[in-house]
Amino acid sequence: MKRYLVLARAFLASDLQSDRVVPPSGFTARLTVFAAAAMAFLAVFALALSFAAGRLSDRWSDALAQSATIRVSAPQDQIDRQVTAVMGVLETTPGIASARQLPPEETQALLAPWFGPDLPVETLPIPALIELVEGGSGFDAEGLRLRLQAEAPGAVLDDHDRWRRPLVAAAGRMKTLATGSLLLIGAAMAAMITLAAQAALAANGQVIRVLRLVGARDVYIARAFVRRFTLRAAGGAAVGAALAMIAVALIPAGDDAGGFLTGLSFEGGEWIWPVLLPLMAAGVAFAATRAAALRALKGLM
Amino acid sequence: MIELENVSYGYGSGELLTEMSLKLAPGSFHFLTGPSGAGKTTFLKLLYAELMPSAGQVIAFGNDVRSMTRDDIALLRRRVGVVHQDCQFLDHLSLAENVALPLTVADREIDTRELIELLAWVGLKAQMDSLPPALSGGERQRAALARAVIMAPDVILADEPTGNVDWEMSLKLLTLLVELNRMGKTIVIATHDMNLIRSAKAQVAARVLRIKGRRLHLAGADL
Repeated sequence: MKRYLVLARAFLASDLQSDRVVPPSGFTARLTVFAAAAMAFLAVFALALSFAAGRLSDRWSDALAQSATIRVSAPQDQIDRQVTAVMGVLETTPGIASARQLPPEETQALLAPWFGPDLPVETLPIPALIELVEGGSGFDAEGLRLRLQAEAPGAVLDDHDRWRRPLVAAAGRMKTLATGSLLLIGAAMAAMITLAAQAALAANGQVIRVLRLVGARDVYIARAFVRRFTLRAAGGAAVGAALAMIAVALIPAGDDAGGFLTGLSFEGGEWIWPVLLPLMAAGVAFAATRAAALRALKGLM
Repeated sequence: MIELENVSYGYGSGELLTEMSLKLAPGSFHFLTGPSGAGKTTFLKLLYAELMPSAGQVIAFGNDVRSMTRDDIALLRRRVGVVHQDCQFLDHLSLAENVALPLTVADREIDTRELIELLAWVGLKAQMDSLPPALSGGERQRAALARAVIMAPDVILADEPTGNVDWEMSLKLLTLLVELNRMGKTIVIATHDMNLIRSAKAQVAARVLRIKGRRLHLAGADL
């Protein structure tokens, strides 16, 4: 670690004279800074998307994985008997921590937002709902369904798996997409910096020939270009990342009803990742420019 | 110091130089002559490893240039100062910075007093802050010579150093090269200027080599 710190310090404090041997190049400089800033800006959003998708996936998994619902639909005169039968079955089913029948008021409250205030929900034939909470290693859903079918034919078990699984899968895919986007952004930035570095190297062909003639080693010549492009990429990425972080911070914070969009942000320690982006951009620029410079120099004696 | 053993060099299918052998002894002074296109510049490029021989060996300071790494070649060029006819400089750096460039790329400290002395020796002290495009042909040749000697190289190669300057300036450059030779440097000057060679022979024991018919000959009384 100490060695890397020393190397980084030497790189940053590299002699200005070696920097001066390469003439300033306005076009490639602006191109590199702009590319790095734009890519960092996009990368921050991809990061935010990745984290938001991860949080959503976890929330859906955790919140729904531990609970299930049994809906009892039967003629009014049979409902109580079937509910009692269901409760009896649940008491003897391993893996169920607790079970309770939702009181009619609670069931009606769940429906009220869908029907509006004008409809008297209490007059509707609403099925009874039993909420159960898993315990320990969980219960055998298929076994429970078979028992319910025998004891209470109007009872239907909904373990939420049917709609939880595609949601979790969708969130997982979104996270994968975001991570893939980050990799693509990194690759695109490397490609752009390589092109800019190659343009700079081609434009400075005479400079390189003179340097070789007077005894400059390849690493010396490469260093002058590498340092320049690395610092430009880091600077551009810092600006882009800062702007994107401000934009992300300004997205209004929402509640659960706000859904996915209002969750597009960073939480706690996640903020360190966009802060690290300029360093990553510098690393990409360093590797891309060094490879381009050494490849170009090989063609010269 | 630098030795050529049966060196040949060809571009594509044709051969430009054939089976050349030569030993550059320390402190020797050589002129290289021959008609335009005979291969004088190519010959010099073989000496500082800008070109590799297609046959034979170039031994520089005890090492075969073909077995040298790119870093080795860079180090070789710190021991061989080269003055080109077209004198390429870094146009964004001042004359003083250009002259000191070999020290800069070698990560060696620049002694400003010595640098000014060197510029005064070639008569360019007043122009030290000028940019290369502002220099005349003669000034560029002298600046190139100063750059070639700043690392105190063992060998100095000059390719038509007087090609773009008048006779007075030619003699001035020749005097500088003769002075360097008296300091023990090995000098090779490629030129087709016979008057320059005659002037030099009056001051120093110069050996005259001639490239003719793709081969290297020791020139004789016709000079």
